[in-house]
Amino acid sequence: MAATTSDAGTRRDFLYVASGAMGAVGVAAVAWPLIDQMNPSAAALALGTSEIEIASIQSGQQIVFKHRGLPLFVRRRTPAEIASAKAVDVNSLPDPLARNAALPDNTPATDASRAVKPEWLVLIGVCTHLGCTPTVSAAQQPQGEYGGWLCHCHGSAYDTAGRIRKGPAPSNLAVPAYTFMSDTRIKVG
Amino acid sequence: MSGPSTYNPKSGLEKWIDSRLPLPRLMHDTISTFPTPRNLNIWYTFGGILTFCLAVQIVTGIVLAMHYVASANLAFNSVEAIMRDVNYGWLIRYVHANGASMFFLAVYIHMFRGLYYGSYKAPRELIWIIGVLIYLLLMATAFFGYVLPWGQMSFWGATVITNMFSAVPVVGQAIATWLWGDFAVGDATLNRFFSLHYLLPFIIAGVVGLHIWALHVPGNNNPLGIDVKSPQDTVPFHPYYTVKDAFYLVCFVILFAGFVFFEPDFFGNPDNYQPANPLVTPPEIVPEWYLLPFYAMLRSIPDKLLGVIVMAGAIVTLVFIPWLDTSRVRSCRFRPLMKQFFWAFAVVCVILGYCGAQSVEATAFGVPLVWVARIATLYYFAYFWLIMPIIGLIETPKKLPPSIAQSVLGDSAVTSAE
Repeated sequence: MAATTSDAGTRRDFLYVASGAMGAVGVAAVAWPLIDQMNPSAAALALGTSEIEIASIQSGQQIVFKHRGLPLFVRRRTPAEIASAKAVDVNSLPDPLARNAALPDNTPATDASRAVKPEWLVLIGVCTHLGCTPTVSAAQQPQGEYGGWLCHCHGSAYDTAGRIRKGPAPSNLAVPAYTFMSDTRIKVG
Repeated sequence: MSGPSTYNPKSGLEKWIDSRLPLPRLMHDTISTFPTPRNLNIWYTFGGILTFCLAVQIVTGIVLAMHYVASANLAFNSVEAIMRDVNYGWLIRYVHANGASMFFLAVYIHMFRGLYYGSYKAPRELIWIIGVLIYLLLMATAFFGYVLPWGQMSFWGATVITNMFSAVPVVGQAIATWLWGDFAVGDATLNRFFSLHYLLPFIIAGVVGLHIWALHVPGNNNPLGIDVKSPQDTVPFHPYYTVKDAFYLVCFVILFAGFVFFEPDFFGNPDNYQPANPLVTPPEIVPEWYLLPFYAMLRSIPDKLLGVIVMAGAIVTLVFIPWLDTSRVRSCRFRPLMKQFFWAFAVVCVILGYCGAQSVEATAFGVPLVWVARIATLYYFAYFWLIMPIIGLIETPKKLPPSIAQSVLGDSAVTSAE
């Protein structure tokens, strides 16, 4: 029975490895529910859409709404603000991508791809650095050097199209997917 | 020093217990007769003080949890109810809140003590590394705890800290979402932070056990940094150091009580007396004082990922200190060059803390603080990665005394004792 003895070793090894592998699969199968329970539940994922009345917003003014638990900026830009946003060379921007949920990922960050209607700029008001809400710049009270927003937490400055120009934030303020229901009403999400 | 046990059970009951569960033997060997260098100074009493701090936080924390409600809608009001309605709730909460600051005060003194006297050097590397782990756990626990009152600073502090994970390439945003359990800091986040805030102190207690266990193998380092050579160099832990520790603990508690009863909001931020508002960030986001140096580092780097790496690196660096210090002499008492760099390092840490507390665009004497913080950050890293290895090689240390006993008692005492 010489064959059996040489054979027995490999057979035992196989059983060890196989049961070890099954054990690892079992541990992973038990661990996953414990990890995944921390992710957003279906209720949190079933995100609502928000319909927002924008008629009352004056030129040069911004109003902050709450959308999916986050601040949503709706800013009615002045002609000067639109002109300054359009004058920027896209290739000179720290983040040359549009970051517009309604457009493909590689769309350049021109003003037209940031705002569907130039007068209305709709943004998620979350600084792309560490999540603070940036302060809007107004004629009476300028914030930052670029006329858009300044995040006071760590000094990121955004321009009048919500594009990052200076500071630690890596990307432009996100533009959510939204549509105009009428001239004075938008639907976000 | 973990030599043969000197425990000698006297009564029949002690013998009976000892042969079944040698717990009295463990207590006897590690606490009462444990041989301890006879020259330990005030800075060596902070280990005991820290154990006290941990006990205070656990006891007051368990009581607070009986009245606190971890819900985004109710948390702020439940904390106000603790302050106003619960019998002695104000006292227990102020002890807990100030206790966190006192804990960090003691931990920083304890760590600087270790740095100065070279307590991390062989054979005590693992004691040091376990200590760094405790420090990390402590910061996590303090952060979770700070979120619970659900004030403005709680909410936005949680937002900023958890967003740091979004700097990780590719999976960063998914990690942040996983931490929040939602698309922003909210109810789910508050609940899990409460759960972890309750859990971590018990983990810390366990790791403190390892810290002390590791300490009891080589025994204490001492201000001279030389090894214990004979029984003459040591005294039993009890009563010598139990009494010394107790005395300085009382001094520490006087300071602690001073804050609790006379300046209970000294370390707090007034913004945290406003309920959390997810739409408005307070003008200045400032962490608690004990995290300010790291916060200053984060803010001084104009790049998100790099900023987070530098901040994490500042803590990870501590793990490598035992191998970065190339000197054969432990204590800075005998290291004339290193001593100067050490004190410069201590000052730099304070400067970093100051910079972290100021606004992003602040200046001092016309110099933007962000530049001050950058230079200080540079020194922080240079201290460990350049100065420590190089000075250890080029420095000529002063002559070490032959023994602890001789240094403390003088030549005559040693001879006469022999």
